[in-house]
Amino acid sequence: MMLTLKLAWTQTLSLWRAGTLRVLVFALVLAVAAITAVSFFTQRVASALNQQGGLLLGGDIAVMADHPIRPAFIKRAQSQGMKNIRTYEFASMVIHGEISQLVEIKAVELGFPLRGDLTIGATIDDVGETVKSAPQPGEAWLEPRLANLLGVKVGDEVEVGEHTLRIGAILLREPSRGGDMFSFAPRLLINAADLPASKLIQYGSRVKYQLLLAADPQKVNDYFLKTKAELGRGEKIEDVRNARPEIKSALDKARQFLGLSAMVSVILATVAMLLSSLPYVKQSLDTFALMRCFGARQNTVLQVLALQTLLIAFFSAIAGSALGYLAQMGLANLAGSLFVEALPTLSVAPIWVGFAASMAMMVAVVIPHAWQMRNLTAINILRRETLAQPISAQAKFLPAAIVMAAMIFWQAHDTKIAVYTMLAVLALCVVISGFAYGLVGSVQRLFSLTPQNKTLSSISLGIQGLKRRAGLSTVQMIGFSMGLMVLMLLALIRGDLIQSWQASLPSDAPNRFVINIQPAQITGITQFFAQQNIKDTAIFPMVRARLISKNGELINTAQWQDERAKRLAEREFNLSWAATMQSDNRLLAGRWWTSQEHGKPFLSLEQGLAETLGVQLGDKLVFDIAGNLTTLTVTSLRKVEWDTMRANFFAVTPPGLLEPYAANFISSFYLPVGADAPLNQLVKQYPNLTVIDVAALMQQVRGIMQKMSSAIAYVFSFSLIAGVAVLYAALVATREERIAEATLMRVFGASRRQVTIAYIAEFACIGLIAALVATIASNLLAYYLSVNVLNIPFQFNVTLVLIVMLVSATVVPLAAWLGLRGFLKIPPRQLLNSI
Amino acid sequence: MQQPPIIQARDLYYEIINHDNQLRILQGLNLSIAPGEQVAIIGSSGSGKSTLLSLLAGLDVPTAGNVQIKGSLFSGLDEDGRATIRAKTMGFVFQSFQLLPSLTALENVMLPLQLKNHPQAKALSLEALNKVGLSQRLQHYPKQLSGGEQQRVALARAFATEPEILFADEPTGNLDNATGQMIIELLFKMNAEAGTTLVLVTHDIHLANRCQRQLNLQNGRLEEVAST
Repeated sequence: MMLTLKLAWTQTLSLWRAGTLRVLVFALVLAVAAITAVSFFTQRVASALNQQGGLLLGGDIAVMADHPIRPAFIKRAQSQGMKNIRTYEFASMVIHGEISQLVEIKAVELGFPLRGDLTIGATIDDVGETVKSAPQPGEAWLEPRLANLLGVKVGDEVEVGEHTLRIGAILLREPSRGGDMFSFAPRLLINAADLPASKLIQYGSRVKYQLLLAADPQKVNDYFLKTKAELGRGEKIEDVRNARPEIKSALDKARQFLGLSAMVSVILATVAMLLSSLPYVKQSLDTFALMRCFGARQNTVLQVLALQTLLIAFFSAIAGSALGYLAQMGLANLAGSLFVEALPTLSVAPIWVGFAASMAMMVAVVIPHAWQMRNLTAINILRRETLAQPISAQAKFLPAAIVMAAMIFWQAHDTKIAVYTMLAVLALCVVISGFAYGLVGSVQRLFSLTPQNKTLSSISLGIQGLKRRAGLSTVQMIGFSMGLMVLMLLALIRGDLIQSWQASLPSDAPNRFVINIQPAQITGITQFFAQQNIKDTAIFPMVRARLISKNGELINTAQWQDERAKRLAEREFNLSWAATMQSDNRLLAGRWWTSQEHGKPFLSLEQGLAETLGVQLGDKLVFDIAGNLTTLTVTSLRKVEWDTMRANFFAVTPPGLLEPYAANFISSFYLPVGADAPLNQLVKQYPNLTVIDVAALMQQVRGIMQKMSSAIAYVFSFSLIAGVAVLYAALVATREERIAEATLMRVFGASRRQVTIAYIAEFACIGLIAALVATIASNLLAYYLSVNVLNIPFQFNVTLVLIVMLVSATVVPLAAWLGLRGFLKIPPRQLLNSI
Repeated sequence: MQQPPIIQARDLYYEIINHDNQLRILQGLNLSIAPGEQVAIIGSSGSGKSTLLSLLAGLDVPTAGNVQIKGSLFSGLDEDGRATIRAKTMGFVFQSFQLLPSLTALENVMLPLQLKNHPQAKALSLEALNKVGLSQRLQHYPKQLSGGEQQRVALARAFATEPEILFADEPTGNLDNATGQMIIELLFKMNAEAGTTLVLVTHDIHLANRCQRQLNLQNGRLEEVAST
């Protein structure tokens, strides 16, 4: 064993010194670095994003119940060392002098909020300061709107139940304010220690009990899974993903971006590694053939090969992981200023992933050749018949393809995306082979018609090189086109896609909602908006309705397993009506009504809601609207972009149907943050109105988008390096063969010009075919991603395509020529000796 | 009247510097070969036989002295100038065959003809392969051929261009006796048919004796060997 190890070690060292191993190790190190860095990075960013989202929840997760939180849940959190506090939310009246007002009281324990902060000020016009604490016992913090309604200032007293509290501060911003946007009464924040004295919580009170928790992601995840399994009636557990659909949507898209870029790196790194393994495998096989000649037993040779493979994989994995770690440290520095809270600490999991990937890739590369060596006798080797029965290209690349597929599956976390990616890679291979084959044929035909001359003949010879090295040329073109595809996707996604994503939430998107507008107030409010120069105000009607039956069957909430379906079916719907569909909605099935169909009992449902309730196109739903049963037929299904923050409705009917019922109206508009004066005026003029401020929430969403754009650019830089590595490896893979060919051509009298023209022609074709395929593939992929994954419109970028074609058809042959140019100067004799 | 020489080397010097040591391989070597002549260059290993052959074929340039091909100065031309002369007048057979692994037997033979843009590249190559008895192996790759077959492809490639001079560097060096013998018979037969000038480098005295002249390379200079 020691001898085998020694042999493996010395041979690995000689291969390294000879330079054969360098490109392979470089590619492998890069592959591991890309995989570990992306893995480290996505993990940290994902948890940072969760924390970012946690700011809106006030913690990482929240256990909610309509009864006091079970002690078992609290004990579990305490035993895990998780930060935990309780909050209580309920509606009640507060009184100041003669004025009483319905408010939403939130009583919190000291330590609130566990994540994020609050902004408080001394007056309602104050810029305010951010604090990470809650009111002291005996103190209450209230929203500016409530201060206006009650006519109070800091230092005044308010009565809360049987208790009197002093106003300690004006609560200017509370990011953790969750819940149903349309049920907001103004907020009053108090300390939980004051609850008993207030005697507000009695038997039968409707209170939302909440246990907020914060800890590292692993603990949070464990707690979430364990507790979710034990939830009883009236209990639920939420993390940031289901706390707010707007944040969930932004986070999901961010994760998809990151996952995508990680996957691209993995594919590219594997291709680079495969390409650069070819010279290594050839040289090792020669060595092992000789060892067999010198009397080494087959087992010894195979053991040495296995050990050598593991040695290379091991050291590359160490170097790669170290590089990956350094790369993500750079990122952590960058991201430290990007993210509000410190990035969570690292786990070692990505390092194991890097090691596993390194081993798997090396083994996949070596196995087919080891298998081939199995059957060789010493005499085969003596007669230089080592490769008399070459293994087929398919068999040679099959194990590597399996490893790549496994890594795609692992990275994608989604079978559908993984399968699509693999199909895309496969299609890429087929298309490239087809192009190469077709081009060679047509060039041959074309040249047989053209008057012959030396230059044309050299070009033809070069293009025929594609056919001569059909297998390798195809692999090279796949490598080139994947590299290009990444560059193009990078350009498309970084530019167009992210731009469109951010554009889905423009800086002047509505950030204030006014609800509870009465029909008689519409004219006045519209005039008010006009006077205040507030633009883009739309006023939507809302009519409360309860779902009674579907296709003649009474709705029984027990029929749904899904908690969300139950909640949706239990609660009242806000039905709205509209003549045209809102611009940020997209029709998925059925059709929108024509003006002749106004007044007909039609219904357009939001896709997600329809799915949850199991409603299909054509179903008849009966709603109870103010005591009247109305049957509506589902005529269309819509996709709604919830993260645009506009007022949107699950269920919409044509105009002329719901007007007779008592309707409430809602309006949304944009006001710069802090410019609240018109709002206060509006509320004074129409005291029944409730204004909802989502500016803070939108800032969070926009912040996530901006941070993610930077993060994605960083992750894509790995893909970019991997793409360049592929180009380099593809050149190195065939370099030796090309030098041999060029030398022989020169021995037979080819001028350097002829050789140069032949190579430039061959590589120009490789570059052009690769660019063509990359253009088609990247645009299809970008189209698919935009439309189906990211839900943003796709834009075809002609300039980009032209640039890529031009650059690829010039840079690829130029790079190849630069690589071979040196050899064209060396006298052929010296090269003959070395080939 | 004696024909002007097809190859003439005058006062050839070739030196290499190896680890700061100057190694003089050829020292004022003179040589003249007439058209159609068969010349064997013999000598011990490392005597510089292959170096001399590369200088005569313009695959390398001498440190001093010159080589003339058909009366024109050859060694003074640049790489491309020499390549043009090679394409017009020379053919090669190497010890290690030097076939391109990615080309079939037919494509290997066609390569020098394609470089000359010969309109009948394929027909001539088929004919040459037929002559060496490989018409059934046209689409085989070098690795699918035995050593003897590979050298026959190399012979077909060398003669397909109908060169005036054929340089052969240890053509049987990688072959067993019987196969080597067969290759030699084929080489001399084809050479006789085409009337090619043959410059053969070998350390095999029996093989050298098949040629009209034998020259021994020793201490960087050539000496005529009396035919035995």
